[in-house]
Amino acid sequence: MIYEGKKKIWSDYQKEIPDDHYFYVRSCIRQSFFPASEATFLDITRNRLGKDIFETEHHTTCGGIAYHSDTIPQETVMTIVARQFALMKKYGYENYVCSCITSFGLYSEILETWHEFPELQEKIARLLKESCGLEFAKPKYLIHASDLIYKYRNLIAAQAKFKLVNAKTGEPLRVVEHIGCHYSKMFPSKGVGGAEYPYVLTGMIDAWGGEVIDYPERRHCCGFGFRQYFIKGNRSYSLSNTHKKFESMEPYKPDMIITNCPGCPYFLDRWQYVIAESSGKTYGPDGQGIPVFTYEEVAGLVMGYDPWDLGLQTHQVPVEPLLDKLGIPYDPAKKYLGKNGKDLGKPEDTCFCCSGII
Amino acid sequence: MKKNILIIGGGPAGLEAAASLKHSGNNIILIEKSHQLGGHLARWDRLFPDGIRAREVLDKMIASLDGVNYFTDTDIAQINILDRSYSVILSNGISVLADAVLMATGFDLFDARKKEEYGYGIYDQVITNADLEDWFRTREDSRIDHPKRIGFVHCVGSRDEKSGCRACSKVCCATAVKQACEIKAEFPDAQVYCFYMDLRMFGKHYEDLYLKAQKEYGIRFIRGRVSEVAEQIDKTLQVKAEDTLSSKPLKVTLDLLVLMSGIRPSQNLEPVRKALQLAKDDDGFINERDAVYELQKTSMPGLFVAGAVTGPKTLPDTLAEARAAALQILSYLADNDKKPAK
Repeated sequence: MIYEGKKKIWSDYQKEIPDDHYFYVRSCIRQSFFPASEATFLDITRNRLGKDIFETEHHTTCGGIAYHSDTIPQETVMTIVARQFALMKKYGYENYVCSCITSFGLYSEILETWHEFPELQEKIARLLKESCGLEFAKPKYLIHASDLIYKYRNLIAAQAKFKLVNAKTGEPLRVVEHIGCHYSKMFPSKGVGGAEYPYVLTGMIDAWGGEVIDYPERRHCCGFGFRQYFIKGNRSYSLSNTHKKFESMEPYKPDMIITNCPGCPYFLDRWQYVIAESSGKTYGPDGQGIPVFTYEEVAGLVMGYDPWDLGLQTHQVPVEPLLDKLGIPYDPAKKYLGKNGKDLGKPEDTCFCCSGII
Repeated sequence: MKKNILIIGGGPAGLEAAASLKHSGNNIILIEKSHQLGGHLARWDRLFPDGIRAREVLDKMIASLDGVNYFTDTDIAQINILDRSYSVILSNGISVLADAVLMATGFDLFDARKKEEYGYGIYDQVITNADLEDWFRTREDSRIDHPKRIGFVHCVGSRDEKSGCRACSKVCCATAVKQACEIKAEFPDAQVYCFYMDLRMFGKHYEDLYLKAQKEYGIRFIRGRVSEVAEQIDKTLQVKAEDTLSSKPLKVTLDLLVLMSGIRPSQNLEPVRKALQLAKDDDGFINERDAVYELQKTSMPGLFVAGAVTGPKTLPDTLAEARAAALQILSYLADNDKKPAK
């Protein structure tokens, strides 16, 4: 591996990311999958770093899941997106940051389509006015939320209470970074670091003390690919994609995985359990699996948030061994308590080795 | 009266044109921007289709220069268009009033790093056709250490709109087949694959070379493009491709991958081209006056072209163009003498 070669590519694909004042839109599914990630993003950016990040309850889905499932007309999804952008303008913002990778890809694609076909943009502006009474607008800057955490990575490092290193040995943790397909594969110039060797998560890992693993199936889909999962008959493709990635990364002995897409952490996390149940094979040391995190969760851990406030108890693969390795304290008794102390209910024991699966 | 003929470029086209003009009774001045004559030919080891040593060919060309003034490490500092001539200041400080100028500035090899998915400049075991020729010539490259599985990727930066070039580079197919045979001869136990779109073996004996590669050397030809390359934990390469003849995706582990970098316009030429207001094609090469009859002329009187300055060429085609350009220049100068001065 020639590190200088990667640095050259990273320097070629740097995008302009404004420092402040964003209109924030959430993902449809992340609050169910990883419930504290978006709240952590807002808390870090607003309260720890003092940035102006605005959100409104009036925004909706971007329509991306329907779009990629071929169940929505193009004009309809474009009008939904135009409404999101119009809300941004209505509330006085011109920088748009979205939580979802699919949304980011869809917004990028639609903006590019409007650029190439101005008559279509004109039509959508008219439909928006007729249906919602809103004025058409386009963002000056379209940013994914991971771009913003990348932008702030050194500010976060400056406030860090923990580093991505083994607390006992001082060795950097070995981290797999997985980028959502719709981040830069469609438009390499719109992602930090491009499509082939994205830097957006690598930059965070570098800044927070970890060591990035480059493994052969790094570019491969996590297994969420819409047609693979939404169509029940195709789900074995989804599982085999995930299996392929884990087989490929296994020799590198990763400590953890960090992702920037709604679906990727979910599938990389949950399918490990299915692989263990169906084949008896687990990845990671001691049959525990390899823990998978969103970038907000990792930022939160580095900054000293309580792991249970980050929602890590909702992960399939237990995170405690990694927390121990990082030297991050946690109270096992509070794992399944809500913020108000309410008992959330304890799931069946799914630790692969303890549950008797293997 | 002796005329001044300036030849820009000391590669095969410039050398052959100079040799063809040296007995014409005119002053021939040849300039070469690098420190040695020969252009890309100086870097090559053997030539398709018969494996002639490139050095032998180049030595003959340089020997034929006898009596021609040439300057290496020399470029154009300034060039101005006069009524019937060109006023040129060279980077070594010499001024030339040229009655005719031949642009023989050749080409650049495509920068294979731009095809990021192939990993040149990222993964140690990915090299280019030029790197392999260097190794054939010098035997100095630690990356080539008894490879057991070797792949060649055709059309890297050619016939590829994404990389900014839709044209065929003409020479890569034959070069890949030649190099595949040569490396198989070096490492007889190695399995050698060629990943190609079409095999454009159009020249004399090229098809014979292709058949020989299959029958005598056992090279495996796979019709399909490589989609991505990744490094494995033992530094071998995982290469994904499509076999379009069997309609199946393909994944192979290789010890060495050779990228056939295509022919791109010389960037060194741009300042001169702009100063002379010469038009270029969409692909960046200089426009000839027409594509059939006046291949060596440009839109500017007294300004001629030969070789890969107008597009990808094989070496024999380049040499033929250089000889044709020499005749065209002499014809132009003779006609010019008959015209009354303004």
